[in-house]
Amino acid sequence: MSGLRILVPVKRVIDYAVKPRVNRTQTAVETSSVKHSMNPFDELSIEEAVRLRERKIPVESITAISAGPPKAQDILRTAMAMGADKGIHVAVDEQDALEPLGVAKLLAKVVQGEKSNLVILGKQSIDDDAGQTGQMLAGLLGWAQATQASKVSVEGDSVTVVREVDGGVETLRAALPMVVTTDLRLNEPRYASLPNIMKAKKKPLEKKKLADYGLELGARLKTVRVTEPPPRKGGVKVDDVDGMIGKLKELGAL
Amino acid sequence: MATSCRFAASLRRASLNARAPTRPRRFQPAAVHVRWTGSTSATSEPHQPDDKETVKGAPAPAKAITFTSDTYPDIQREPGFSKLTQEHVEHFRELLGTESAVVDGVSKDASEDIEPFNSDWMRKYRGHAKLVLKPQSTEEVSQILKFCNDNKLAVVPQGGNTGLVGGSVPVFDEIVINLQKMDKIRSFDEVSGILVADAGVILEVADNFLAEKNHIFPLDLGAKGSCQIGGNVATNAGGLRLLRYGSLHGNVLGIEAVLPDGTILDDLSTLRKNNTGYDLKQLFIGGEGTIGIITGISILTPQRSPAINVAYFGLASYEKTQQAFREAKGQLSEILSAFELMDGNSQHIVNKVTGKKMPLEGDHPFYCLIETSGSNTDHDSEKLQAFLEHVMENDIVEDGVLAQDQTQIQELWSFREGISECLGHWGGVYKYDLSLPIAQMYDLVNDVRDRLTKAKLIGDDDSYPALDVIGYGHMGDANLHLNIPVRRYDKKVEKELEPYVYEWVQSRKGSISAEHGLGIAKKAYIGYSKSDSMIKLMKQIKGLYDPNGIMNPYKYM
Repeated sequence: MSGLRILVPVKRVIDYAVKPRVNRTQTAVETSSVKHSMNPFDELSIEEAVRLRERKIPVESITAISAGPPKAQDILRTAMAMGADKGIHVAVDEQDALEPLGVAKLLAKVVQGEKSNLVILGKQSIDDDAGQTGQMLAGLLGWAQATQASKVSVEGDSVTVVREVDGGVETLRAALPMVVTTDLRLNEPRYASLPNIMKAKKKPLEKKKLADYGLELGARLKTVRVTEPPPRKGGVKVDDVDGMIGKLKELGAL
Repeated sequence: MATSCRFAASLRRASLNARAPTRPRRFQPAAVHVRWTGSTSATSEPHQPDDKETVKGAPAPAKAITFTSDTYPDIQREPGFSKLTQEHVEHFRELLGTESAVVDGVSKDASEDIEPFNSDWMRKYRGHAKLVLKPQSTEEVSQILKFCNDNKLAVVPQGGNTGLVGGSVPVFDEIVINLQKMDKIRSFDEVSGILVADAGVILEVADNFLAEKNHIFPLDLGAKGSCQIGGNVATNAGGLRLLRYGSLHGNVLGIEAVLPDGTILDDLSTLRKNNTGYDLKQLFIGGEGTIGIITGISILTPQRSPAINVAYFGLASYEKTQQAFREAKGQLSEILSAFELMDGNSQHIVNKVTGKKMPLEGDHPFYCLIETSGSNTDHDSEKLQAFLEHVMENDIVEDGVLAQDQTQIQELWSFREGISECLGHWGGVYKYDLSLPIAQMYDLVNDVRDRLTKAKLIGDDDSYPALDVIGYGHMGDANLHLNIPVRRYDKKVEKELEPYVYEWVQSRKGSISAEHGLGIAKKAYIGYSKSDSMIKLMKQIKGLYDPNGIMNPYKYM
């Protein structure tokens, strides 16, 4: 085996600490002037790829890829600052966002182009919560897959993955090539250090279009309506104990 | 799969609760609880951490707190003050109407109900008050004070009771006047950004209200969930946004206050410019309730910044941190919103106590945290990138990281915010909050460390009382927190520290209390920072507005 050629897809999503708001027309979540960052599960993927290399496992290349608006390049730079060797940005307008199957088809093409033999991707993105891409990709490629990994070890051609299942853990082993999706307990992503942020600026970033991979846009799903969860009803403040007892009686609790 | 999905969902939920956070959640005051045991002005003893190594849990029972009158035996009850009688209580009950507005410990035993008003959150000060009044309007405050003044009854104005120097707790049997029922926001002008509100509005409530309107309260501090804006103004609280938005002396545009004789000082101006006579409201800002009670404020609030970035650096020397600060001011200018200094020891302590991974690999003698807030993410990032490259390339900083998302922003802040909580891990802390010329700020830490080392009081094993001497603080405001974590309180340590620290500060023309105020803790030391003639003038003002001395007695000066 010549070494691992790892592909890590990353997605730019609304920062998980920001409260998403539904737009007025109830067609989507408001994304303009909202803080965005890398999907937390994708951070884990990058971190794991870099750790594999740091563990002296022969890693030939780590390529980060993102499909999205021009801003997605910021996320790719972050991925490179964390340790990816290069980035591929596939330009897709924000309003034409790809569906999981579309992403999987794109990744399948990229895997061929990059001759990747290991794809590490987040088990889901926190904006759509679809959680399908990894599985679809493995299906399209006909590769082995291990989802929700909490531990990944590589020995020669064989990859052992500990994954979280209901009520315990399951250990799987398969031969490369393989698709692994990451879960929260896998690792703790590093900070992007200043020297690495500066180095990342000089790393190659390829700019592509869907057409370069012979793909077209095409939505199979239609978003009918997006709504906020029902608001929690506010409580009532009472002045004193008597007030509280009165209120409880009124509500029939006493 | 279910496990992890739930995990993710709970992450989301947690984020839903924090509405539009522009800043990480701070350690709440409850998490930095400390209990009074010693006798210097700067001792504190925190809770022992529980088995998860987080410092929390119920505070020590109230009975464990020593009465302030026992800690300070030199302070005697002013004999001129009347004793509370049944008639007085009846009068107040009639005046305030509702049952809940009077906590009466005179005619019956209500010590449990009164205890929270009688002691402070650090469990360091405790008074003997028998009556708590909670007026609902300025008019009621006026009538209470007039009656107290006529009858020579001493009072303590109280807000959220989150102070650090014992200013808001009674010493003897003063009546506590708590402003918690005055909690209405009166008006907000979206064009000028001027907020007018009752004194009893909780800081976080005011800030959340402003967040909805894309504005920000120009003050932020750890106790924001409990402290009241009236108390913040009365103590001229400093906090974390001072570097950016300046002190309350500038931001407060008007004040409504009640003087001891019942006069309502109606200066609730919403004007930015008003040069007509003496600016009397300034006397109430930082007046700590010694000449009147603030009942309402009008304050200028800035636009909230949507773009926040945080970077964390390791530096080789204190000189380098000063250089970095100068560069930050020069290159980040209007977007710089915090420049915090932490010495290496403080960061090791946070690392050791919390078990969190240090943000930087390798050891650095000094660390800095820089926060920027601005209106345009792209513009800010560009500036910040240029600044970061500059300080790296010119060897001003040795290493650094830049937070990539909100979570990392919070993590990095926790290495600054967590210090005071972690310091108490081994037993206790001697704490000083000092203003010093920026160039000499860290010399004090070195001098104190040398002094304690020479006295053989610092060491790695249990035979030495002190663990270390550490310094951190708001570099941007030239405000140093000098802290000495100890395994146990020891008179020998105290002797080495006081009055040495105060004299050191005095000789550099610094301030012995930068943002915590005087209260009872620093009252005796005011002379180190104010001249005799200044103190005389201050006493004249006090005598003019409060001739009977009923306002917050035994404190301040």
